[in-house]
Amino acid sequence: MELSLSARAAEDYLVLDVAGEIDVYTAPQLRERLIALVEGGARHVIVNLDRVEFLDSTGLGVLVGALKRLRGVGGELYLVCDQERLLKIFRITGLDRVFSMYGSVEAATATGQAGSGAGSTPGDDPDAGADPAGSAG
Amino acid sequence: MPTVRLSFTPAPAHVRTARLVGVAVARRAGVAAELFDEIRLAIGEACSRAVALHQDNAIPDLVEVALGDDDRFTVRVIDRAPIDAALGQALSDPAELADPVTLLEEPAGQAASPDRAAEEAVTVGMRLALLAGLVDDLTVRPVDHGPGTEVRMSWPMPSGRNGTGGRG
Repeated sequence: MELSLSARAAEDYLVLDVAGEIDVYTAPQLRERLIALVEGGARHVIVNLDRVEFLDSTGLGVLVGALKRLRGVGGELYLVCDQERLLKIFRITGLDRVFSMYGSVEAATATGQAGSGAGSTPGDDPDAGADPAGSAG
Repeated sequence: MPTVRLSFTPAPAHVRTARLVGVAVARRAGVAAELFDEIRLAIGEACSRAVALHQDNAIPDLVEVALGDDDRFTVRVIDRAPIDAALGQALSDPAELADPVTLLEEPAGQAASPDRAAEEAVTVGMRLALLAGLVDDLTVRPVDHGPGTEVRMSWPMPSGRNGTGGRG
């Protein structure tokens, strides 16, 4: 299965639901979508990895790049991941100490960080909650 | 002698094929199912490394993968990149790898627009951390003839297979 990307608004957050395999071949799609979301005004982005079947170092590089990009504009990247095989990858690389990680989208939005005034929110841009880049196949 | 040999043009699209073949051979060889995830990931990382080395150095030669199931399930991934290029991505002990938290400690101007080179540097670091962290039996050495390096990884076979036990 290749990569499927779908963006939606959830309260003050932009949720990017990812399904399939994130690897050296598909990671560029994820990178372009995340860049488009940030350029579209999204600042608090939740990447939902619940339906991701495979994640490699290229995907990790893209996620770190997105985190840096968002923090550079006063935003934040949150990861939703409840699969042990993916969590193990974050532990091995030490990235579990870099990312804000949650077991569900609800748990991530419940932190309320997007509405805390720390950085701007998608609400600053009326188009940010939409899906500016469309869905990738 | 390898059980299965696979060669592919150095393109990212073929790395998934190598992963699928590798796990299929491991399953056929009787490797414990709980090892499939790390075998899949390790083969993917080793092949991604080889593809990156070939692409960075404009080498059109095929990347080779050899899978064997003698005493242990063994995977060898062979690139044809100059040794200097391979050394630039030297495999390290995980303890020697940079603290990932430092990945974020850059001047604000750079953090706002991290370039592809910085992202790729992170990817290389994560790749090495994954390979070193996942595979107990991992060696990287120059190939015997011509340029290139061989990443060799192995996993235990079930006890009693070929008259030998597995090593964790």
